[in-house]
Amino acid sequence: MELTINGQTHQVDIEPDTPLLWVLRDELGMTGTKYGCGLAQCGACTVLVHGQATRSCVTPVETVAGAKIMTIEAIETDPVGQKVVEAWVAQQVPQCGYCQSGQVMAATALLKQSARPTDEEIAGAMVNLCRCGTYNAIAAAVREAAQA
Amino acid sequence: MNDMTVPAQASSTGAPLNLSRRGFLGASLGALVLGVALPARQARAQQADAPAIKPGTRVNAFLEIRPDGTVLFRSPFMEGGQGIFTALAQIVGEELDVEPTQFVMEPAPPGPDYLLIGGMRFTGGSMSVRLSYDAMRRLGAAARQMLLQAAAVQLGVPLAELTTEPGRVVHAASGRSLAYGDLAGAAAALPVPENVTLRERADFRWIGKPFARLDIHAKSTGKARYAIDQTVDDMLYGAVQHARRLGMEPGDISNEAQVRAMPGVHSVHRLPGAVAVLANSWWRARRAAEALEVNWTEPASGTANAMPADFSTEGHLAKLKAMPGAGLDFETEGDAAAALAGATQKVEAVYDAPYLAHGQLEPSSALARFNADGTLELWLPNQAPEMFQADAAKVAGLSPDKVILHSQLLGGFFGRHFLYTTANAYPQAILLAKASGRPVKLLWSREEEFLRDALRPMAVARFRAGLDANGLPVAYEAVAVGEGPAGRWFGRKTDKVDSSSVEGIAGKPYAIPNRRIAQIHVDDPMIIGFWRSVGHSMNDFFSETFFDEMADAGKQDPYALRLRLLADKPRHKALLEAVADLSGGWKRGPFTAQDGTRRARGVAMASPFGSEVATIAEVSLRDGEVVVHDVWVAIDPGSIVNPAIINAQVNSAVALGLSSALFEEAVYAEGVPRARNYDGYPILPPDRMPKVHVRIVESGAPMGGIGEPGVPGVPPAVVNAASVLTGKRIRSLPLSKQRLSAGEG
Ligand code: FES
Ligand code: FES
Repeated sequence: MELTINGQTHQVDIEPDTPLLWVLRDELGMTGTKYGCGLAQCGACTVLVHGQATRSCVTPVETVAGAKIMTIEAIETDPVGQKVVEAWVAQQVPQCGYCQSGQVMAATALLKQSARPTDEEIAGAMVNLCRCGTYNAIAAAVREAAQA
Repeated sequence: MNDMTVPAQASSTGAPLNLSRRGFLGASLGALVLGVALPARQARAQQADAPAIKPGTRVNAFLEIRPDGTVLFRSPFMEGGQGIFTALAQIVGEELDVEPTQFVMEPAPPGPDYLLIGGMRFTGGSMSVRLSYDAMRRLGAAARQMLLQAAAVQLGVPLAELTTEPGRVVHAASGRSLAYGDLAGAAAALPVPENVTLRERADFRWIGKPFARLDIHAKSTGKARYAIDQTVDDMLYGAVQHARRLGMEPGDISNEAQVRAMPGVHSVHRLPGAVAVLANSWWRARRAAEALEVNWTEPASGTANAMPADFSTEGHLAKLKAMPGAGLDFETEGDAAAALAGATQKVEAVYDAPYLAHGQLEPSSALARFNADGTLELWLPNQAPEMFQADAAKVAGLSPDKVILHSQLLGGFFGRHFLYTTANAYPQAILLAKASGRPVKLLWSREEEFLRDALRPMAVARFRAGLDANGLPVAYEAVAVGEGPAGRWFGRKTDKVDSSSVEGIAGKPYAIPNRRIAQIHVDDPMIIGFWRSVGHSMNDFFSETFFDEMADAGKQDPYALRLRLLADKPRHKALLEAVADLSGGWKRGPFTAQDGTRRARGVAMASPFGSEVATIAEVSLRDGEVVVHDVWVAIDPGSIVNPAIINAQVNSAVALGLSSALFEEAVYAEGVPRARNYDGYPILPPDRMPKVHVRIVESGAPMGGIGEPGVPGVPPAVVNAASVLTGKRIRSLPLSKQRLSAGEG
């Protein structure tokens, strides 16, 4: 099966129902995308598929063969992603950091869809869990990135 | 993976061989290579007569100044989001005269140099900065002194003519200067000075400032690596299926042959209380482990920690509530019994709080590799390296010096990564690596993590208070019922109360003349653990909400009553006034907010981990649930290192405290947990996060903790506010158990 991740193609030979998350982490060694729940509950595994925030822990890899996948590893090569990272740094968002790959990806997806999101749109898109409670800093960073 | 490979022997260096490579010696070897040596004299002395090492004094065990001027610092404390790496860089950098941004931080290996918490080491109790602050400052100052001495020799000038600026020694008279990186080799050969001069507080450039965290960019770009991300060559992935009840053991596996034939499966293993599969990817290992049809055998009677088949949290709560007796005294003043008997009015209430899971977002994992030289290497999350090393050695059948521990960045901890026997993943990783002869990375699925977490204990507190004719409390009796984690893991004396079971009920500042705080110990069948703010996480909820009950019974405003009972406690009184001021002046409500919602405010105080905290919460009710709009926190940690980190930690603590107040409860029936993932154990989602307002008060009192103190005030402040709206007291958490409706209020 052929996967296009961060602009590069990869051939993987794997059971087609394997979640994309584990293909990224274990087959391709891209460990920036995290495992938190495996059940679409937390969002730590968020990647972009055709620009849409997607929970890779419940995404069978066969469903994204041929799709344009972007992971946190490429975040700074993406102009929107770059802005988001800058805002994350400016707002000093992460604490333990474990959820933050997913948060940054979710924010990037939002800003790709809506360059000037309203507070409601931000709340609607930024639904990933953070056990360290960085939620206020996340919201501030998304607003900042939208203004950048 | 070369950086993870360890030389088999270090004999040719003339350095001691009888100590762990990754103990203090590891530091010296690395340093020799890089140019900042452990003074050879000291190293040899260490070998010859092994004088006691004074923790936190040997410069070279902690820092290496590299040729490019960056400083590699081995942190005695683990970073899990609390900002300790940055705080240490600020503290050491201040005295060493190196910009904190020039620091590269890594967790220190096990070793005597790092035992900075009263001869032990752990990252917890919000102790890291406050217990190491002086030692770390002196360490930085000592290193600076050594660099100055080396520069004096090199430049041929008197020491007194030299000064430093960040990263350089300067000889102003001749206009010459030398970079630290160029002096490091010579400096390292000098003895560590005994006496050093510390910078004046007024001259601090970095301590006390909102310095940017060192790890933010890496954590915003997926580059930060955690235990779960580590790999080594030839590694197998491991997944387990735990017995649903602790103490059960795996018997026959009816489909073992089929599972062995599943794609990628390497082998199937029986472990104490679990079965495991090793495979060439974790997903395959997990799928296979879950497919195993295991005939679990019941625990033999007397099995340690066996979970009773009939255990339920409901039953345990009833047992705690029904425990007879007056308990063992912990804190007494005056004569509470007599004062109660003579009181005009009595108030009584029984409170309870549930078991809680840590729910840190990174599930437990461990990577284990046995090396050809007989050592065992472990990559794992932990809050206490020496304790983990010693325990891992036992599991592996090695001496501790053969266990090389690579402590990892923690994907959240909140108390999760202490030594909790069955709650740690690494013993299984060790056994699997041994059995397979291959390195094994074991990862617990979220479901297995929930099943084996060490839970915040359940507890009950019984209160009785007596009021005088003016409605003021004159007698106060509180009896906590349950078991504390400190007693469980560090030893409990039957004739003494474990302070972790009463902290937050005891140690309150209010002037009530007759008091008795006691505890009834009840063995908890659960594996219990430390959970951010430990006993305070529930006990301040109990005591501070009961405080409002006393106030209401005596027709007193709860804020005014607190102020009155703190009249002789200037530090507390000032803090309470500070939080009221921060919130725009105390108002209890109910009142109608601009958006038309009926709202009320609650207040609470807590004295956790050497800091003082006052909290106000503003809430409304919506569809039977409590909505928290704003939380104001005034925190007095005495003195501070980084206000930005404190602000972030208070935000984080408010989130966790609120999560526990609103949603969290680990429920068991028939010995098994109801929830095995976040769907059944909800934690605070983003749309329930209130605005958080923080005021830091530096009273100059001895430095207190930061990571935990923000937690305990939140549940009582929220519940006190909610009770104003409902007109009914709420004495049990979480609030989501009940549908709340507005009362007369
Ligand atoms: S790991 Fe995918 S949503 Fe939690
Ligand atoms: S930063 Fe720790 S889980 Fe979000």
